[in-house]
Amino acid sequence: MSASDTRRIETPVRKRPSRLSILIRQRPEIVIAPIGLVLFIIGWEWSVVWLKVPTYILPTPSQIGTALMKGLNAGWDDRGGYWLHTRVTLSQILLGFVAGSGAGLILGTVISQFRLLEATLRIYLVAIQSLPKIALAPIIVLWFGFGLTSKVVIIALLTFFPLLVTSLAGFRAVDRERLELMRALGAGPWTVFWKVRVPSALPYIFAGLEMASVFSIVGAVVGEFVGAQLGLGTLILSMTAQMDMSGTFSVFIILSVIGIGMHSILKAVQRRVLFWTDAEATAEPPPEG
Amino acid sequence: MPAIGRIKDTMEAPPIIRIDHVDKIFTTVAQEKIQALSDISLSIADGEFVTIVGPSGCGKSTLLKILAGLQRATSGVVELDGTPVSAPRRDIGIVFQNPVLFPWRTILENVLLPAEVQGRPMAAARARARELLAMVGLADFEKKYPMELSGGMQQRAAITRALVNDPRILLMDEPFGALDAMTREQMNLELQRIWGESRKTVVLITHSIPEAVFLADRVIVLSARPGRIARIIKVDIPRPRSMAVLSDPAFARVCGEIRKLLYGVEDEAGAAGGGLS
Repeated sequence: MSASDTRRIETPVRKRPSRLSILIRQRPEIVIAPIGLVLFIIGWEWSVVWLKVPTYILPTPSQIGTALMKGLNAGWDDRGGYWLHTRVTLSQILLGFVAGSGAGLILGTVISQFRLLEATLRIYLVAIQSLPKIALAPIIVLWFGFGLTSKVVIIALLTFFPLLVTSLAGFRAVDRERLELMRALGAGPWTVFWKVRVPSALPYIFAGLEMASVFSIVGAVVGEFVGAQLGLGTLILSMTAQMDMSGTFSVFIILSVIGIGMHSILKAVQRRVLFWTDAEATAEPPPEG
Repeated sequence: MPAIGRIKDTMEAPPIIRIDHVDKIFTTVAQEKIQALSDISLSIADGEFVTIVGPSGCGKSTLLKILAGLQRATSGVVELDGTPVSAPRRDIGIVFQNPVLFPWRTILENVLLPAEVQGRPMAAARARARELLAMVGLADFEKKYPMELSGGMQQRAAITRALVNDPRILLMDEPFGALDAMTREQMNLELQRIWGESRKTVVLITHSIPEAVFLADRVIVLSARPGRIARIIKVDIPRPRSMAVLSDPAFARVCGEIRKLLYGVEDEAGAAGGGLS
């Protein structure tokens, strides 16, 4: 039955439940989550005021909001405002993310196509992966200076391994039956690669990209902590030095927005590319026989 | 016993498949040798429906993979249409126990995969795929994704995929083993109909004795490892066969004979009636 039929029958007598109310009934969390957030902010505001917590320990949400507006109202190239620093940090994140995850993906893909190469390198890759690469940040700043390059290198280093490891795992996890089918059809290695291996590895690769997006923000901030002239990390450092907690918290908000933005873009791409994975993960496993 | 006859390798029509003294020995990592198949000789006529039954691990699947060119016999010769099989061939369609449909492709795209891989003209292949999908009752599902279809429908799509390049030979490795009993009976009727319409040579492996007898012109009974041909049983029940055949005394007699070969005893209760699974 189509929606128009229902409308024709019911409109004269009483109102049909609106689309919004149906949505709310099906997914109550879309109402509960924002209400919870508002309650949390109000509770925070009041408790800070009532308990007389000094602003340099914990600011109220309204102070943070004021600081955020002030920072955003500054000029595009104002060193005291947020736009310049956000721009610097964001470009470092994007450059490092693309370079690091791209290199990891390409290398992982190439290595996974050669079994001996993969087997030989695996032990070293695992060893390097378990190193805390963030500890290299001071050395990298020393090598590449206080500018953009050192941050991009740190971020690239951090995002390289998630992609390397997940693409190796993804290309290894190709279903054997699919490969056998392709072999029975007489498919060459190139055809098998594009028609089976790449689609099979994509869910793993997207998991790697998601990890890498988080690491890239961490890398940018840590890199800027270690040594930089511009960027949100330097802003946090100078604000905490001046006991400007509201300012520091407002920078956190900008960093979260960057994080949420990257996550949403990745998710949107993933939904288009991997529309089939949800169902596959929940599908019943085929019985043995 | 007119319904059951042991026949020799000589068939009326020239064989499309000739298996001559095939052995298959696997070597494990520990260098142990395991004999999977022993001295298999068999000829299959063009258009014939042959089923292979045998206990688990008797090498049924290995034999099918050798026919498909996916594995090589350790010794002996396998010829299709007079030429030895050494690699996968284009005139063979293969159906596995699982549908093995790619979840990122629609049903039509899945069915077209063999045509795509083998670089056939796509317009003609698409027309043929639609025709076949209509034949198996999936005409309205060509734009759906595999996950939106039931197990039986997925397996029908897999059979369609095997038929899209019009192979002369259809190899099926327990194609209905993962389906429930009712779907399985339907699929058996449908396969009989498809075979009747397309006149392919079909080699089907199953662990269900009634299914083997229901579908076959001849049932090849393999013994336990190493798999060797215990007996070849001709099924003379006229076609098209309906599910009523299941309670036919001749049908029960053939099933009973196979059971006796496989288990050593004739299971009277199980021989008559029952489903195909």
